[in-house]
Amino acid sequence: MTINYSERIPNNVDLASNKTLQRALEHWQPRFLDWWKEMGPDESAALNVYLRTAISVDPQGWAHFDHVRMPDYRWGIFLTPPEKDRKVNFGAHKGEPAWQEVPGEYRSTLRRIIVTQGDTEPASVEQQRHLGLTCPSLYDLRNIFQVNVEEGRHLWAMVYLLHGYFGRDGREEAEALLERRSGDADNPRILTAFNEKTPDWLSFFMFTFITDRDGKFQLAALAESGFDPLSRTCRFMLTEEAHHLFVGESGIARIIQRTCDMMNQHKTDDPAKLRGLGVIDLPTIQRYLNFHFSVTSDLYGSEVSSNAASFYTNGLKGRFEETKIGDDHSLAGAEYPVMEVIGDSIVTKHLPALNTLNERLRDDWVKDVDAAIGRWNKVPEKAAIPFRFKLPHKGFHRRIGVFAESHISPDGRVISEADWTHQHRNWLPTSEDQVFVQSLMGRVTEPGKFANWIAPPLRGINNQPVNFEYVRFG
Amino acid sequence: MNAPAELVRQHLIDPEICIRCNTCEETCPVKAITHDARNYVVNFDVCEGCRACVPPCPTGAIDSWRKIAKTQPYTLEQQLSWDSLPTETEPEAGGESEIPDEVAQITAIATAGQGGVAAPPWSAAHPYIGLHTLSRPAIATCTGNFRLTAEDTSSEIHHIVLDFGKTAIPVLEGQSLGIVPPGLDANGKPHHVRLYSIASPRNGERPGYNNVSITVKRVTSDRDGNPVRGVASNFLCDLKKGDAVKVVGPYGTSFLMPNHPGASIMMICTGTGSAPMRAMTERRRRRIALNEGGDLMLFFGARTPGELPYFGPLTKLPQAFLDMNLAFSRVPGEPKQYVQDRIRARHEKVAAMLKDENCFIYICGLKGMEAGVDEAFAEVCRQHGLDWAQLLPELKAQARYHVETY
Repeated sequence: MTINYSERIPNNVDLASNKTLQRALEHWQPRFLDWWKEMGPDESAALNVYLRTAISVDPQGWAHFDHVRMPDYRWGIFLTPPEKDRKVNFGAHKGEPAWQEVPGEYRSTLRRIIVTQGDTEPASVEQQRHLGLTCPSLYDLRNIFQVNVEEGRHLWAMVYLLHGYFGRDGREEAEALLERRSGDADNPRILTAFNEKTPDWLSFFMFTFITDRDGKFQLAALAESGFDPLSRTCRFMLTEEAHHLFVGESGIARIIQRTCDMMNQHKTDDPAKLRGLGVIDLPTIQRYLNFHFSVTSDLYGSEVSSNAASFYTNGLKGRFEETKIGDDHSLAGAEYPVMEVIGDSIVTKHLPALNTLNERLRDDWVKDVDAAIGRWNKVPEKAAIPFRFKLPHKGFHRRIGVFAESHISPDGRVISEADWTHQHRNWLPTSEDQVFVQSLMGRVTEPGKFANWIAPPLRGINNQPVNFEYVRFG
Repeated sequence: MNAPAELVRQHLIDPEICIRCNTCEETCPVKAITHDARNYVVNFDVCEGCRACVPPCPTGAIDSWRKIAKTQPYTLEQQLSWDSLPTETEPEAGGESEIPDEVAQITAIATAGQGGVAAPPWSAAHPYIGLHTLSRPAIATCTGNFRLTAEDTSSEIHHIVLDFGKTAIPVLEGQSLGIVPPGLDANGKPHHVRLYSIASPRNGERPGYNNVSITVKRVTSDRDGNPVRGVASNFLCDLKKGDAVKVVGPYGTSFLMPNHPGASIMMICTGTGSAPMRAMTERRRRRIALNEGGDLMLFFGARTPGELPYFGPLTKLPQAFLDMNLAFSRVPGEPKQYVQDRIRARHEKVAAMLKDENCFIYICGLKGMEAGVDEAFAEVCRQHGLDWAQLLPELKAQARYHVETY
């Protein structure tokens, strides 16, 4: 169970006993480090960062905290320990022993799933690489670096599966993961949201809050997979993913807190005045929320999808918390409600549940985001400020699926092109919003100090004080 | 009275910090953690305190513990309904000490202005807590009872000296004592404990004697102005020399004065909120010859000079020892002045003291003063290039900002 750190690649999969795989990964390792040097966080190589490193995968060992230089971070391969006699828990193969090798007939599908998941990991590191230069505090700088190294480790997790189970094809895909670049016109990352810019910390927090939460639901669905190594890999990744969600959720909550404090102090809710005071007005935060929510919503794909149906029937990708759901786990004859635009109204239809699994996973995610927004709303509520954040309608600003051809307002009305043109500036971040938010981004690196636009956290990392030296320079 | 209950630590999850990521529930080896759409909660009967869930928690919310009576843990239903954790009322010293519920509640309300019980200054002396309990109260004798406010004012505040004879009562400036009024209430139950701030320094109202003074305002109306006769305050204000008083405590681990040479103290108070300030000032006055340095600055508000407790003795103190700033809100022919107005007027020195890491700030009085003082500080900060919203959490983190309001 303990991870062997004396090996070049720390792992709990007994890598030493599989020399072919070990050599393949040792060959890939320097290529990964080159990628990290080129595309990892800017000007970070010399910094000593208070990072969490897994030293074993049991609860006591996987959160070991110490100051380390990021290039020396021990990226490795960690899988949750196997579950004895685990079965395929859904679909046509339900009840068969879980697969320890890739079933031949699902080989290309599984590879595609793993590559798509794996591609998001380096993509987000690339998207966030400049943000360290404008960190609002040492605490936040440490957090973004923790997110970055763990995204790097998630890449390792997927590359292990590709190398270990997909032979030559897998090795080629692993190389390609290091070659694509977020936002590159010629060789972009696979999913659109991972080619968007993350130009400022408000966007970063929104991204970790919303888009990493998509990651949580995708990983949770893959953790149900009948392909056991994928399931075990994703289970361990989920534990790390939780930290990323925390960074986003608490980051935005702290921004809201700071703005509410200033609103009360200066008795104003005028966005212009608040901007003059150097804080982000709440409507601007709502517009960023609308943007990230809608763009991430597209990541779940079309509401109706035969791919999703076959992933499920074949036992490759389950539903969120599949084994906790009390049904037949085959979805034969079951239905699920899906929206559709007919003329200028939105109607709900009941379709076969098997074909609407994307929508179901999206709905689970929406519920999770919505609950977290309820927790944000406690901040203005406590400060006796009437503003409340609200998720836009599922159809708002969508590029994929049944809403792609329509304009939907945040409150769920089908509107005309002309209406959209007139109003979208009230709903999505404008270039002025972006320029303003970016104007606030200055670097704060004195321990315990925070940029003016964000409140300190309620608690430090690993019970350290908030003014702890989370990052040491030089 | 209840027999002392067996105290144990209950494992809880802070709903204000938790992000509901399910990691703890996934990790728990005994399935003690569960959730609903609102909160993640720990089943007291199942949790073995193995801490397996603590390192994987991304937020630190999991590492929350409360001392409770073993027979009365917080139930799952209670935890599921929380927006925040109940206030920590864990006694530090003494081990066996017992904090009556009403004392815990009063403390929670009094310290709400600073976000709950804070840490004391680093150089504070170690406090004793709850030495005398409801089941075994100390019996003190009244040896003095003086009216502090002028006879013609409506506010009747008394300075009461209690002698403890051979009973140990180690107290610190800023702590409180609980008084148990004699007799039973309308329901035939013993009266609730009332808390009063200690007005004398740690070595007694009179050095060398085992006595303590408290400051008591006679309560004759409730918050809405309806006539009501405060049981404890009237009992105390009517005490005669030689009368016996049941005392519990001392209480308070936070509102304590710094003791290191060079420490400055800024005191802001109204009414009987002056008691701890009087204790601290008197402690410093008795040590004046040691030349330990550090400023004392006082902002003290009342309606008129006649209603200002300790007005006479205060005005005899040299300004060099105590920088005194009095604010009166009901002096005929004069504009209304509140403590926050005096703070604004003295912005230069206030700003300097806010910046000084050896300066500790104490606010005590009616709840209503908090907001005004907060705004005044924010304004002083703006004038001097400081950011109050940023400074305040720092002050709290450094245990330099203490609030007790009621």
